[in-house]
Amino acid sequence: MASHANALGAPIERREGRAKVTGEALYATEYTPPGCLYAWPVTATVARGRIASLDIADALALPDVVDVLTPESAPRLGTSDDATLAVLQDAKVPHHGWPVAVAIADTIEAARAAAEAVRVTYATEPHESVLGDNTADAYRPEEANGGHPAERRRGEPEEAFAAAPVRVDVRYRVPPLHNHPMEPHGATVNWHDGRLTVYDSSQGSDTVRSVLADLFGLPEEQVTVISEHVGGGFGSKGTPRPHVVLAAMASLHTGRPVKLALSRRQLTELVGHRAPTEHRLRLGSDADGTLASVIHEVTTHTSRVKEFVEQAAVPARVMYASGSSLTDHKVAALDVPTPSWMRAPGEAPGMYALESAVDELACALGLDPIELRARNEPGREPDSGLPFSSRHLVECLREGARRFGWADRDPRPGIRREGAWLTGTGVASATYPVLVSPSRATVTAHPDGLHVVRVNATDIGTGARTVLAQVAADALGVGVESVRTEIGSTGLPQAPLAGGSSGTASWGWAVHDASRALAGQLQCHTGPLPPDGLTASADTKGSADQKSAYARHAFGAHFAQVAVDTGTGEVRVRRLLGVYAVGRVLNARTATSQFIGGMVMGLGMALTERGSVDPASGAFIGSDLAGYHVPAHADVPAIEAHWIEERDDHLNPMGSKGIGEIGIVGTAAAIGNAVHHATGVRFRELPLTPDRVHGGL
Amino acid sequence: MKPVSYLRAGSVEEAASAHGGRTEARYLGGGTNLVDLMKLGVERPEVLVDITRLPLDDVREQPDGSVRVGATVRNSDLAAHPLIRERYPVVSQAVLSGASGQLRNMATTGGNLLQRTRCAYFQDLAKACNKRVPGSGCAAIEGVNHDHAVLGHSPHCVATNPSDLCVALAAVDAVVELAGPGGGRTVPATEFHRLPGDQPELDTVIRPGELITAVLLPALPHGAVSHYRKVRERASYAFALASVAAVLQLEDGEIRHAGVAFGGLAHRPWRARRTEAALLGTRPSPESVARAVEAELAEAVPLRDNAYKVTLARDLATQVLGSLSTTA
Repeated sequence: MASHANALGAPIERREGRAKVTGEALYATEYTPPGCLYAWPVTATVARGRIASLDIADALALPDVVDVLTPESAPRLGTSDDATLAVLQDAKVPHHGWPVAVAIADTIEAARAAAEAVRVTYATEPHESVLGDNTADAYRPEEANGGHPAERRRGEPEEAFAAAPVRVDVRYRVPPLHNHPMEPHGATVNWHDGRLTVYDSSQGSDTVRSVLADLFGLPEEQVTVISEHVGGGFGSKGTPRPHVVLAAMASLHTGRPVKLALSRRQLTELVGHRAPTEHRLRLGSDADGTLASVIHEVTTHTSRVKEFVEQAAVPARVMYASGSSLTDHKVAALDVPTPSWMRAPGEAPGMYALESAVDELACALGLDPIELRARNEPGREPDSGLPFSSRHLVECLREGARRFGWADRDPRPGIRREGAWLTGTGVASATYPVLVSPSRATVTAHPDGLHVVRVNATDIGTGARTVLAQVAADALGVGVESVRTEIGSTGLPQAPLAGGSSGTASWGWAVHDASRALAGQLQCHTGPLPPDGLTASADTKGSADQKSAYARHAFGAHFAQVAVDTGTGEVRVRRLLGVYAVGRVLNARTATSQFIGGMVMGLGMALTERGSVDPASGAFIGSDLAGYHVPAHADVPAIEAHWIEERDDHLNPMGSKGIGEIGIVGTAAAIGNAVHHATGVRFRELPLTPDRVHGGL
Repeated sequence: MKPVSYLRAGSVEEAASAHGGRTEARYLGGGTNLVDLMKLGVERPEVLVDITRLPLDDVREQPDGSVRVGATVRNSDLAAHPLIRERYPVVSQAVLSGASGQLRNMATTGGNLLQRTRCAYFQDLAKACNKRVPGSGCAAIEGVNHDHAVLGHSPHCVATNPSDLCVALAAVDAVVELAGPGGGRTVPATEFHRLPGDQPELDTVIRPGELITAVLLPALPHGAVSHYRKVRERASYAFALASVAAVLQLEDGEIRHAGVAFGGLAHRPWRARRTEAALLGTRPSPESVARAVEAELAEAVPLRDNAYKVTLARDLATQVLGSLSTTA
């Protein structure tokens, strides 16, 4: 047998890779039950008001059209905590893109034609959809996303800031951003014999099941949700989205299977976005860089449907020691689509602003930015006073500096010229919390030597099947090739979503516990295994959700080298390097892939990505992949991802921290700081597109 | 769903006859723009006449030293052709700075000339657009107009022409060869695209049923140098915020020929005649080049979100012309 002890951490290729590249892996709308119909939503073209009239006669007259559901004819839904799912329940239009009808037809072309033939008029009301002019109306919510208190105050931060000998008082802005996973949100729904079978593009099908059961008044046992392969989500598939509700309504109404896939343009208004954030940072320090005051105030927007507050000031509660601090969130409810989770909600925009401001302070002090961070390394989590379960931020910074060649850096900005180009380097810290949720799992040892892991995990492109097989192999002491992983269906033991960088920790904990229990059973077992094998199960409720006595976070450091064309304002990233302290890395190959993917997304956040709201209509405009610029291959330079060995016994049985999101955190700040080092100009609004940079030079 | 009839034409005559000048007919080249617009519902043709098999797919030198580029030559083949790379680097560079490798493999020369604006309001059926629905208004004028025109726009339309190739064609005095029901004719590339005026639905002067058969590239003056430079929001696969195509010929340090055109600034490639006039006969210095460029851009009228284009185009053109004048 292979070396069992080394299953964890080994750079094993993802198991479904071949199925994906050969097209064998099926995604939610690639299932076509017999008699399947197609649905296409009709979405509102105004930002606020009510449907005044809705005429479906022309649509119904088209060939192959089965029906058009409207707020009058659609099934009534049960209650849900998530108001974004209460579609077609009344005539109200809370934002541009809100579904007002759904056309159902024998073909997707006919469904779309019918949707376009629906005549809708609106009684509009005045609307406000652009954050900026209305920040005076912003209120302080009770909580920001993640259950964090909106405001935290320690000591007397304003007074300490005013008295500090060195001060930075700066404002940063991050625009709306779109998740834009490769696979658009889609679902195939089949009502049959009183049962609901749903193929959904989701990061967590157990939640989809419970929400659909509530909305349609069904016992959960009568609902099966399958998310076998998912083409990315970046948070936008973390909760059920309106497409699956509309598809289920259409299937219930027609008694036939129905398939519905959102178009790229519909995605931006129906699946969430990262809300824009405006940041005011005040950092006050002594002459040696010791922070006396950290003040991070965030203003953001939410919709009128549901409050979602990007928790962008929360990382400042974790990062640096300071004599006093204030971290605060305010939110304006606008007539916009509802914002939601996008990779590293809170940390990505918050650390962009904080780490940019720290760089500004380093410049003001004439101190190396790594040294400044090291001088303010806290012994305990500044906000809570809890000890860290492990924290190796400074080690990441030092290791990154060594690999990047930071020691040779001349700190003077604007002096490295290559023709029209100025070059520079920058650094920023990264952090992401350790999250974990209870999960169930079973592991079965079969007589033929096969071990089968069953857990309703979701693979959103991370390699979940592979890493869970490694966890089981390690705990069982068997070869990883003898382990099969079954995931992606509510028919399997219940498990939490792939989100919050918590999937592997949550599922893996249960898989580990079940594997250990099975190993114990196998040890006691004598004779051949029964034909069905031996099965052990685990439920980590009571352990995984136990409140920790420690502050648990992953940390990292990002380094960037950029070149800026002074004639045109074009910024090109030449090199990106990340070093992470994330507990035990469970699969070196798939972990590297996630780190690099996060860094590429951070590069897009820094340089190219910008959601734009059309003020007149309240629509996200130009938001398909031609207009919303994610990095192209030519934008992405040599990227390195490394990690340091970190042992942490206060996490989970594998000793791992989540790695799916930390790669984006800090990347934009490192690039922005490098642009300052290159040009001597501090740009404080993302993205750093040629219009802004050229204008500022 | 709208049924579409499809015919693959074997000859120019067959194509013209199948099209017949009908408003519901479209010639189909690589389809890289037309098919996108059909998916969006912006274009709803009933007849597609596939012209990609017409015998118009070669690049050939003419007896007078000019080069004739057939209308169905793919963008990739055009950019890579030795005659183009050696004699018209500006054309090759312009083509290679557009779209992606896959799109360039499909897109044709004629189709490149006829691509529509990428104005997001033009592409969105729910928004007012005089180009898409004449008389419906222009949502871009007061909307997100970061990418829109600063030169030659009208109260009816502020869209830009998205082509890179056409900017280079304008700078080299290319000529568009057309076949039509009334016979053949030629139109200078600089006059092929229109300004929007009060008829923004018309991008070009092409007449109903006319087919582009070739683009003629006249021989550049002996010793002329040329260059295309584009600024965009990512390193590839994005439309120009601003671009410049320039051809310069110097003799004894004096500019004897100048062809300069801007992309991304107007409803058509913007031939910078004022800049050219200011350059001709001068010994270029950084100051004289900058003044010449300013002369063209003085008439720019930026919109709310795109004042940056004027200074960006100015600096870009100054940089390109400055660098060309030292190599010429």
